[in-house]
Amino acid sequence: MSDSNIIPKWLSVGVIPLFNLFLAFCVSGLFIFLIGENPFKAISVMIKGSFYYPGAIGYTLYYTTNFIFTGLAVALAFHARLFNIGGEGQAYLGGLGVGLMCLIFDQYIAGFLVTILAILGSVIFGAVWGIIPGYLQAKRGSHIVITTIMFNFIAAALMVYLLVNVIIEPGQMSPETRDFATGVGLVQIHMLAKYLGLNVAMSPLNLSFGIALIVSIGFWFLVWRTKFGYEVRSLGHSETSAVYSGIKVSSTIIIVMAISGGLAGLVAVNELLGVHNKLLLGFTAGYGFTGIAVALMGRNHPFGIFLASLLFGALYQGGTELDFEFSSITREMVLLIQGLIILFSGALAYMLNPLVEKIYLKYYGNFNNA
Amino acid sequence: MLESLQLIISLLDSTIRIATPLIFCAMAGIFSERSGIIDIGLEGKMLLSAFVAATATFLTGSPILGLFAAILASCSASLIHGFACITNKGDQVISGLAINILASGLTITLGIALFSRGGQTPPLGSEQRFMPIEFPFLDQISFIPVFGDLFAEVISGHNVLVYVSILAVFFTYYVIFKTRFGLRLRAVGEKPEAVDTAGISVIKMRYQSILIAGMLCGLAGAYLSIAHGAGFGREMSAGKGYIALAAMIFGKWNPIPTLFACLLFGFLEALGVRLEGVELLWIGEVPVQIMQALPYVLTVVLLAGFIGKARAPGAIGVPYSKEG
Repeated sequence: MSDSNIIPKWLSVGVIPLFNLFLAFCVSGLFIFLIGENPFKAISVMIKGSFYYPGAIGYTLYYTTNFIFTGLAVALAFHARLFNIGGEGQAYLGGLGVGLMCLIFDQYIAGFLVTILAILGSVIFGAVWGIIPGYLQAKRGSHIVITTIMFNFIAAALMVYLLVNVIIEPGQMSPETRDFATGVGLVQIHMLAKYLGLNVAMSPLNLSFGIALIVSIGFWFLVWRTKFGYEVRSLGHSETSAVYSGIKVSSTIIIVMAISGGLAGLVAVNELLGVHNKLLLGFTAGYGFTGIAVALMGRNHPFGIFLASLLFGALYQGGTELDFEFSSITREMVLLIQGLIILFSGALAYMLNPLVEKIYLKYYGNFNNA
Repeated sequence: MLESLQLIISLLDSTIRIATPLIFCAMAGIFSERSGIIDIGLEGKMLLSAFVAATATFLTGSPILGLFAAILASCSASLIHGFACITNKGDQVISGLAINILASGLTITLGIALFSRGGQTPPLGSEQRFMPIEFPFLDQISFIPVFGDLFAEVISGHNVLVYVSILAVFFTYYVIFKTRFGLRLRAVGEKPEAVDTAGISVIKMRYQSILIAGMLCGLAGAYLSIAHGAGFGREMSAGKGYIALAAMIFGKWNPIPTLFACLLFGFLEALGVRLEGVELLWIGEVPVQIMQALPYVLTVVLLAGFIGKARAPGAIGVPYSKEG
């Protein structure tokens, strides 16, 4: 299924996705109502929690950063018609890259060099976790959906093993590494503002947000302004015609999955270098899966992904506020909303097309046929 | 000697307990995928039905009603899946993923709203669960050396759903390979145009298949919360749906090999738990995570064609439309 070619683009790209989103929120509101709470109060609590309180916007943008990375990761694979469900595992492995670089080098070389190495580490380790399923798809014909799911679980087992047995801080009970040395990591925005003499409320928002924006622009350039991007999109459009036009399908698939994995790996930069300052268990917290919803909603375009990430950032941050304000709804409500968004914006994305086409043709059809 | 026999018997016993939900879900996966519908949503359906089973049983006091409620819930999830990817020709993987995330959020949210126990349901008493069944004549045959113990521990003494899961395998085999319905189901998954040309509704066949899959996932969920366990705990399916998916691929979409794949994966998990903290001769301590990762690694290796070749049904993942 693809966009309808009867209705104009502003309807299929602008109005229908918004209406799908609206439907997802309506059903979410229905659930809140059934639980016995006021859905409008829940919305106002979430909006206040994500934008109004001091530091709220910082938290929202901090989550947004994660979703931009995973959303772009999923979107790039989508452009080649590959479904990368493995963002979660790739981000987790990215964390291993960050952790290893910091633990190995932070005693010997300057902090900012370690930080650069760690960022490279996150991209490379994430990329490796994308390349293997990519290779298996390209050369051995294994379905990428299944292999990336399997690789999520393998990554989780690997990280638990390493964190519990190998790189745990000695004498520690909880599975975490030691703190990275001071000077390693990305500066948080409120510290930066303080340095510049501004007063910004404390939040975990850090320079990774800037990286995310730069990467988004790079994504746009790569996909729509380079030969490689053209190859990726033509592969996504039709593998047969890609082959006939001389595109090397296998290597394109592998490179796409490498970049996709590397993008997902950058989540570790935001989480570990920007906030936690150490490698810890489960820091990916489902961001990889949310990336799928983000890519679907953002229609695989960086600007759409930015807006979708902002929405999910606000949902995550606003969701934590639900815990304080309500006794019977909690932040897990956000998971429910997320599931509904994936359902309506993803699986049911074209449900409304026939209806809209019918209405459109009824009112404007005569002009087009003339 | 006696000790190692005891060890093997207890390992086999836990293998069967662990494999049961995998078997139900893998059979569900076979029904769905043989008809051409990818079913990533096994996990979510199992989680949802586990929650509904525990809740309905707690409210009514009857595990039978709980079981039916679980099947109903799981089938509703199947219908959402069908509505999205059969009727509206949406992406099957996305739809399955939506069901998984939806189930995750829904069970916790409803659990907290209903019971205020952080997402858990209240514990169920033994009269509200499917309890182990002791086979007759246990005492009479206990004198037989190996077989007596084997019979008492491994074959007897499970709850009824364990035996139903074995029946489900034969049911799946029989329906898919020995009935007209099964022939059509396989054809719909391989060449839907051909079935359509023969005057059979592809849409109807696919809906029927995913409803059967829904029923089987409902049984899996009920097993988790009102038979094997005594109540629902958040995220209690814990990736079992994905292991079942792996087992189904490992069994090459065939019921009997899939049964053995489920038993193998169950055995690996049981072994992993048993080996935790044990020093083995020559090897040393085997990390439990290796055992946990092994089913996934094996499936990847199989899919890559290094041990045999797993071929998915021909029309899998492709929505059917008459215009082509």
